[in-house]
Amino acid sequence: MVEWNALWEGYGWPLTVIIGQILLVAVGVLVSLAFLLLADRKIWAAVQLRRGPNVVGPFGLLQSFADFFKFALKEIIIPDGANKGVFLLAPLITFVLAFIAWAVIPFADGWVISDINVGILYIFAISSLGVYGIVMGGWASNSKYPFLGSLRSAAQMVSYEVSIGFVMVTVLLCAGSLNLSEIVRAQKNIWFFIPLFPMFVIFLVSALAETNRPPFDLAEAESELVAGYQTEYSSTPFLLFMIGEYLNIVLMCAMTVILFLGGWLPPFDMAPFTYVPEIVWFILKILLVFFFFAMVKAFVPRYRYDQLMRLGWKVFLPFSLVWVVVTAGVLTAFDLAP
Amino acid sequence: MIVQALAFYLFAAVLTAAALMVVIARNPVHSVLFLILAFFNAAGLFVLLGAEFVAMILVIVYVGAVAVLFMFVVMMLDIDFVELRQGFLNYLPAGLLVGFVLVMELILVVGAGSMNAGAPQTAVPAAPPEGMTNTEALGRILYTDYAYLFQVAGLILLAAMIGAIVLTLRAREGVRRQVIADQIARTPALGMELKDVKPGQGI
Amino acid sequence: MGFFDRTARSLLLGEFVSSFWLALKYFVKPKATVNYPYEKGPISPRFRGEHALRRYPNGEERCIACKLCEAICPAQAITIEAAPRQEDGVRRTTRYDIDMTKCIYCGFCQEACPVDAIVEGPNFEFAVETREELLYDKERLLSNGDRWEYEISKNIELDAPYR
Repeated sequence: MVEWNALWEGYGWPLTVIIGQILLVAVGVLVSLAFLLLADRKIWAAVQLRRGPNVVGPFGLLQSFADFFKFALKEIIIPDGANKGVFLLAPLITFVLAFIAWAVIPFADGWVISDINVGILYIFAISSLGVYGIVMGGWASNSKYPFLGSLRSAAQMVSYEVSIGFVMVTVLLCAGSLNLSEIVRAQKNIWFFIPLFPMFVIFLVSALAETNRPPFDLAEAESELVAGYQTEYSSTPFLLFMIGEYLNIVLMCAMTVILFLGGWLPPFDMAPFTYVPEIVWFILKILLVFFFFAMVKAFVPRYRYDQLMRLGWKVFLPFSLVWVVVTAGVLTAFDLAP
Repeated sequence: MIVQALAFYLFAAVLTAAALMVVIARNPVHSVLFLILAFFNAAGLFVLLGAEFVAMILVIVYVGAVAVLFMFVVMMLDIDFVELRQGFLNYLPAGLLVGFVLVMELILVVGAGSMNAGAPQTAVPAAPPEGMTNTEALGRILYTDYAYLFQVAGLILLAAMIGAIVLTLRAREGVRRQVIADQIARTPALGMELKDVKPGQGI
Repeated sequence: MGFFDRTARSLLLGEFVSSFWLALKYFVKPKATVNYPYEKGPISPRFRGEHALRRYPNGEERCIACKLCEAICPAQAITIEAAPRQEDGVRRTTRYDIDMTKCIYCGFCQEACPVDAIVEGPNFEFAVETREELLYDKERLLSNGDRWEYEISKNIELDAPYR
């Protein structure tokens, strides 16, 4: 009996706690994603003087759930020439990768499933894997448009990862840690978007490109490629792609908040602001960044592919490289490095 | 402890199986996908060792960048699989020889300590001091003891990159390039001319 | 604009910021669209929507089976068969079908009708789930007429001065 007790104390209970946390985060993120999807459509509609979804539920609040059931109940169509295994694996990969990245996101001080030391590298690694879902989906569809879309998307994501990497390096230089909670704590005095404003802008733009959001949605440019890598997908696989894509967008919003906007910290460390729970600040900031993302979708025209590559390699890469050197130099010269 | 052992055997088994599949898979794209799986499990093994920095770098560099390029090339190539398989048996002796040499070397490296108990155990690394993450420990060694070697490695990579660019760059005649700065600098005053055309006269 | 001005603007993302501001202004503007299923736009009395066969106030159907609508229909969507009625021997239609999948909503049938029997009503929300439901028969058209009589007669009255 004693051994069983020890086993429960040693493995059983921690396992239960972890699974509970995972479920909490997964469900919370998914439900909020449903409303963010609606918000995205509503914001886009509002800029175009439309109303957006308004029928399902009050103000169309349940639209995403209706869409979910529609996707889930439809027939899965697999093209004849498709590579069946890879074809079905691709959306799963996108979906799972989009979820596991949330394991290291600190929602408030100490509210994180896994507070690992290399949190930022973990996020970077996961987001760099996101390209596989798309490439595999495009290749396995055995069709022209998906293939072209996946090629575009692969090149695009690899290019913009480089500048995102350099942006992260500058933040790391200022924070002195790879742990996301530590990075937020390092912004106690000043949020990093003020001293590192150019990097903030580069990160925002690169995040748009990394998540295939307009104006960089060349992988699914409907005027050129029908729907890019998603063309042959239907039903649940399409739903998984969709959820994965939007989860990645929200993840990038969360990363912007953590790296530049002080994570869960209130804007002023004073009485009325500190009464509000930390997680509320975090969510509010994510919503702010998401609003920005949604607005950009509404008013920026799509880039041409060569312009996209030029921006990534010839503008952002040199600029962020120089900024890394300048930041490191300033930190060393004035002895500010943590 | 038992969980770690289980995790190790799981990672190791999947790694070996995936590595085998890389070689015997019929479809080259599947080979690349198995290669990625193998990389992943290697990263998992590194995490088990407590070297999470190396694990993450492995995933970022190999899976996130190198394997994508592999995939790119393999996907675009139109390979005739049947033709590729034909010479397979001819190379078998050479392949077996290389494999044998590699296995012997591995046995020598791993078994050196146990075969010759008196030999200095240089291969075993020292654990990082308490309270220091392995990222920090790695950085301290890399940028102090091995700073010059690190720089040289960087230079070699730079040389390779420049070489690749020089080899592929060719200046073609008659190519019109977009000069974005000029386009942005254009104003309505520069771009158009207003003419007062008299009726019935034309320009 | 001078060189420095231009460079500063492009580095500070001047165009992006100004377009963001413009988009924000549009974001809070009143919507141009109506809240459709709950709120509908105005419809002209001449609007040509779903067909209906009307009756006289005493309940007698207007259609006299002259087949002018069938003759004029450019899409040949109307099929009419006529015979003397069983009870009183008055010539009436025994069959009046409109294939709504063929109909092009030109309104010639209601123009041709001498007794204002076939009309195109103001209803435009008659989407159905199967194709068969769009093959309207006489019963369906008459019930349409009963349902929409008030709106239809109002529209005819409003349009009368212009005819």
